[in-house]
Amino acid sequence: MTAPARPTDAADQALDDALRGLHREVLSEAVPPSLQDAAERLDAMQHSTLRSRQWLGMAASLLLAVSVGWFAHAYVQPGGASYASKGTAEREFVRQASFAHEVYLPEKRHPVEVAAAEQEHLVQWLSKRLGKPLKVPHLSEQGFELVGGRLLPGDTGARAQFMFQDAQGKRLTLYLGSLQKSANPADVESTQFRFESVGNTPSFYWAERGFGYALSGQVDKATLMALATSVYAQINTQP
Amino acid sequence: MSRQDIVAHIPAMRRYARSLTGDVWAADDLVQDTLERACSKWRLWLAGTDLRAWLFTVMHNLFISDVRQLQRRPAPHLMVDVDEAAHALHAPASSTELQIDLQRCLLQLPPDQRAVLLLVTLEDMGYAEVAKVTGVPLGTVMSRLSRARERMRELMQDAATPPASPQRSTEAAAQPPTLRRLK
Repeated sequence: MTAPARPTDAADQALDDALRGLHREVLSEAVPPSLQDAAERLDAMQHSTLRSRQWLGMAASLLLAVSVGWFAHAYVQPGGASYASKGTAEREFVRQASFAHEVYLPEKRHPVEVAAAEQEHLVQWLSKRLGKPLKVPHLSEQGFELVGGRLLPGDTGARAQFMFQDAQGKRLTLYLGSLQKSANPADVESTQFRFESVGNTPSFYWAERGFGYALSGQVDKATLMALATSVYAQINTQP
Repeated sequence: MSRQDIVAHIPAMRRYARSLTGDVWAADDLVQDTLERACSKWRLWLAGTDLRAWLFTVMHNLFISDVRQLQRRPAPHLMVDVDEAAHALHAPASSTELQIDLQRCLLQLPPDQRAVLLLVTLEDMGYAEVAKVTGVPLGTVMSRLSRARERMRELMQDAATPPASPQRSTEAAAQPPTLRRLK
C-alpha cells in the first residue's frame, strides 16, 4: 500500500505544486551548528550502544574461551588457561581503549568531562577513582596539549581517558586503568610495548605493575611510538 | 546510520518544521528537540529501516504534543514582545507574496491536517508512509488530506480576492502568537 498521495484534481495539483516551493531556500541553507551537534550526539549514542552490544558478544566469547580453558586445564595441564585468559584481558583492554578513543574523538562540545584548565582537580579526581596516584604526561614538545579527561567504566573497574590535541586539531587519547580487580602483588605483571590496531585506531599498549596503558591516535606508527615512549618515561619518573 | 546520514535529513526536517510552525526559531527548536528525543529513543529505531520516516515520526509526535500543551494553557508564554518580534515578521528576501499567503493559510488549518498536507507535498510521502508517521489509519490520512486541500483552496481564494489590501502588519497580527506590548 504505497499509493502516492497525488491529487487528481487540477486545482489541487496547482496547490501541491505551490506548496512544494514553500521555504525551498531552507534546503540549501547550511545546517546550524546547534543542530549538527545534536546529530553528532545522536550518532555517538548509537555507536556507543552498538559497541556495548559488541562487548556483550565479546564477553560471551570470553566466557566460552575461559570455560574451554578451564575444562582443558582440569584435564590436561595446569598453567595454560591462566596464561591464555591474561592475553585476552589485555587484548580486551586495548579494544576498550580504541572504542573510547573512537567515541570521543569526533566530539566537539563535550570531548572531556573535566577540562585541562582544572588539571589539579582532574588528576585528584581520577586518581581517587582509579585508586592510584596518576600523573598527566606533558606532550607539548611533540605539539600536543592536554584537552582534559574523563572517567569511563571498564570490565575490571574504573578507567580514565586523557585527551590531547595539536594545533591542527589532531587528537590523541591516553587510556589507563587497573587490569585486575584484586591488586594481588603476586599478579603484578608488566608487559613490553605492543602495537595494536583495532578498527581504524592504532594504539600502543603497555602494562606496568598491574596497570594498563593505551595511547591511541591517527598518527604514523613511529610518531605514536615516540609519544608512547615519552608518556612511559614521564609516568615512571619519580617526582 | 552515521552522522552523515542524520545530517543529510536536517535540511528537509527544517523546511518541514518551518512550514508547520510558520516560525524560523520555533522550527529549529522543534528540529533540535527531535534530535535530542531521538537520542533517548534511538533504540526504538531498527537499523536498516527508513531513517527519514523515523525522524519525522519523532518530530510529528513532539509537534502534536506541543500543540496540545498550547491548547491546554494558551495564554502567558505565547505573548511576544512586539519590538523583539518585529524583525521576525519581515518576510525573508527570497519569500514571494505567494509563499507568504501559503504560509498564512497553512497556519489556519488544524495542525493534524497541516501535517498531512505538508508530508505529502514537501516530503512526497505516500498515504501509507504518512499513516505510519502520524500514527493514524490510512482512511483518516485520506480524509484529512482532502479536507486540508479543500480548506487551503478556499483560504487561498479569500487571500487573492481583496488584492493586496491586508498590510504586512495586520497579516502578522492574524498569526497565532498573540502580539502584545510587554513594557
